[in-house]
Amino acid sequence: MLRRLLRRVSGTTVFMWLIGIAMLVVVVWGVYATLSSGRYKASDWIDLTVYGIAQGSVYALIALGYTLVYGILRMINFAHSEVFMSGPFIGYFVAMALSQSGFFNRQPFVSLIIVLLVAMTVSTTIAVLLERIAYRPLRRAPRLVPLITAIGASYFLQYTFLGLFGSGIKGYPEVAQLKGYWPFPGTSSGILRTQAVVIVSAFVMLAILYVFVQRTKTGKAMQAVSEDKDAAALMGIDVDRIIVITFVVGGALAGAAGVLYALLFKQVKFDMGFLPGIKAFTAAVLGGIGNVNGAMLGSLFLGISESLFPNLVLDGLGLPAPYQLKDALAFIMLVAVLIFRPTGILGERLAVKKA
Amino acid sequence: MKRVSLLMVIVFVAVIVLTACGGAKFTCADPKGCVDIAPKDPVRIAYAFVVSGGDASLGTDTKRGSEIAVDEKKEILGHAIELVGEDELCAAEGGQTAATKLAADPKLLAVIGTNCSSAARAAIPILCGAGIAMVSPSNTAPDLTDEARPPEYWCYLRTAHNDNVQGAKMAEYAYEKGFRKAATIHDGSLYADKLQQVFAATFVQLGGTITAREAVGPQDTDMKPMLTRVAATGPEFIYYPIFIQAGGHITKQAKEVTGLENVQLAGADGIFSPDFLRAAGDAVVGFNWSSPDFSAFGAGYGDFLAKHEAKYGEKTLAPFHAHSYDATMMIFAAIEKVAVKDADGTLHIGRQALVDALFATKDFQGLTGTLTCTATGDCADPKIAVYVGQSADPDTWNPGADADSNPMKIWP
Repeated sequence: MLRRLLRRVSGTTVFMWLIGIAMLVVVVWGVYATLSSGRYKASDWIDLTVYGIAQGSVYALIALGYTLVYGILRMINFAHSEVFMSGPFIGYFVAMALSQSGFFNRQPFVSLIIVLLVAMTVSTTIAVLLERIAYRPLRRAPRLVPLITAIGASYFLQYTFLGLFGSGIKGYPEVAQLKGYWPFPGTSSGILRTQAVVIVSAFVMLAILYVFVQRTKTGKAMQAVSEDKDAAALMGIDVDRIIVITFVVGGALAGAAGVLYALLFKQVKFDMGFLPGIKAFTAAVLGGIGNVNGAMLGSLFLGISESLFPNLVLDGLGLPAPYQLKDALAFIMLVAVLIFRPTGILGERLAVKKA
Repeated sequence: MKRVSLLMVIVFVAVIVLTACGGAKFTCADPKGCVDIAPKDPVRIAYAFVVSGGDASLGTDTKRGSEIAVDEKKEILGHAIELVGEDELCAAEGGQTAATKLAADPKLLAVIGTNCSSAARAAIPILCGAGIAMVSPSNTAPDLTDEARPPEYWCYLRTAHNDNVQGAKMAEYAYEKGFRKAATIHDGSLYADKLQQVFAATFVQLGGTITAREAVGPQDTDMKPMLTRVAATGPEFIYYPIFIQAGGHITKQAKEVTGLENVQLAGADGIFSPDFLRAAGDAVVGFNWSSPDFSAFGAGYGDFLAKHEAKYGEKTLAPFHAHSYDATMMIFAAIEKVAVKDADGTLHIGRQALVDALFATKDFQGLTGTLTCTATGDCADPKIAVYVGQSADPDTWNPGADADSNPMKIWP
């Protein structure tokens, strides 16, 4: 028994485990030191967690676009961050038009839904065009070819928006009804109204997607294509159609994520997609790329750890200005998870054919 | 084919003979070499500003300052003036590319630029290596004109104020207004880091306390966790001399974090722009900036603004147009001082002599004040004021001391 175990454990594995354990010790030590210093009130921690959930739910909507496409085509759609940017960018012009006519102030929620629909339509259109123009002709090409095309498409879209609309920051109109807090009963803390709206709408959309993938016929066809394209085709599934539908779903979610993002941060810019895109991709890998539930879980985990960990861990270790290390921390988390679970939190072991 | 090469030989010989004739009257004794400008040729100077990307408003503003100076001067010793330019991209790589391209031009006398200190650091050794004089209208990082600056910075001067002045003024203002506990935030850039260091040092010296010194990334969007951390230390005043994107997010989100609703927020000239009003929205009302004091500018400033509006159809975009105008005029004055003119109108300008003449600038009457250059290249007459935001509408941007200006000068 012991001998068999020893044979399976190589030097590298031991080394990786040691790194992992060292990380855990540092984290536990940092958390203990921070909490025992008592600098932060309980309400601060609640606030930080809520900020993290709001950010994480936006990541989740973007991450699903990466993970769905990966699940079906085994390719990373790097242009997805521009799909995310284009929706709220065009939505901004609609929002400004509504705002100038006074409609935005009279009917803020109807206006928000109009902006949301416009953004989702734009993002979906761009996602579908990407698939049709940049990816479909290369579907039989070696795997690195669509990856490079995706990076090219990403820059093309980014600089098209820069050329058309300029490099300045565009500020979204604010919704008067969504300013301020909704207090939690019985505590001194509360939740920002915009964050509450963002979290609720993101979760509603995630639930709809979950039902769509698990319960509907199209969703099951998507799963089948993801499992084995050729077998699915033999069973009478139109693979091209399913792939287009995947891009439609991913694009619509990205457009919605963009509007929620604009609601949270109130500004759009031509390069706004880059960083959230990278983060959402990280979250998708963290959760296990190709796995829908994993993407949601990974995103929430990443969002919360970004908002909470600099304070919780690094503060206790005595590091000055820990929030500039937020991004570094996010990627260290990724490394730490991948050491223990190379396929991500909920990742499946890939069969030889898929990998 | 043969005829063409024959023609070329004739032209070549003719050129050599002509140059030789010209050189016979003037021998260049300058250690860095001379620039000769033939009778019909223009005097060429260049700008290196950030005219594209997210900080383009800063570069466009300074470029217009130089263009107006060229329009006004019209000619130097009978020669027209040609202004060429390169984009420095507000980054070290951009500064290097722009400087390399400019340094390859043998007729170029001087460069006005750069805008960003990081670009300057890459550009200075290259331009100085080519012997081209360089005057920046908006680099504010202290080390560029420090006593201990490296010798290859010998050709560099600036008309922008040094951040040692700006950070200290804001600290004095905050202390004078009764704030005793302040926090600072920087974004890792040299500009922001130095400014907050000077601010913190001066504030502590005056008797205040610094409760937190935080940092963010320039691309970060969610500032609320960091601000929650700042709020736990209980500051009365937060100083973040950073750039528009991150500055906008902090300004907006600070109003949403418990404990920071009524804290005084303040920044520096990097966000003194109508673009910042777009980024920060309503939260900008009551915001404090430190920036050059336009009301203390010379008498010509009103004329300058009128010309600017007539030529470009809009108001100035950033705080450094007048510094750029002064830098350009200072270069013209120095050229006039050192140029040797032949009987046929050819100009000879020694490169070392031109730089020396720039460093010798004394009591020069510019728009930004009376300029006198120090031995390390600080020429500014720094007049810093503190402004307060009155409205979030970018169309109302009109900095001044009147009651209806936005932002309005409140100190000193």
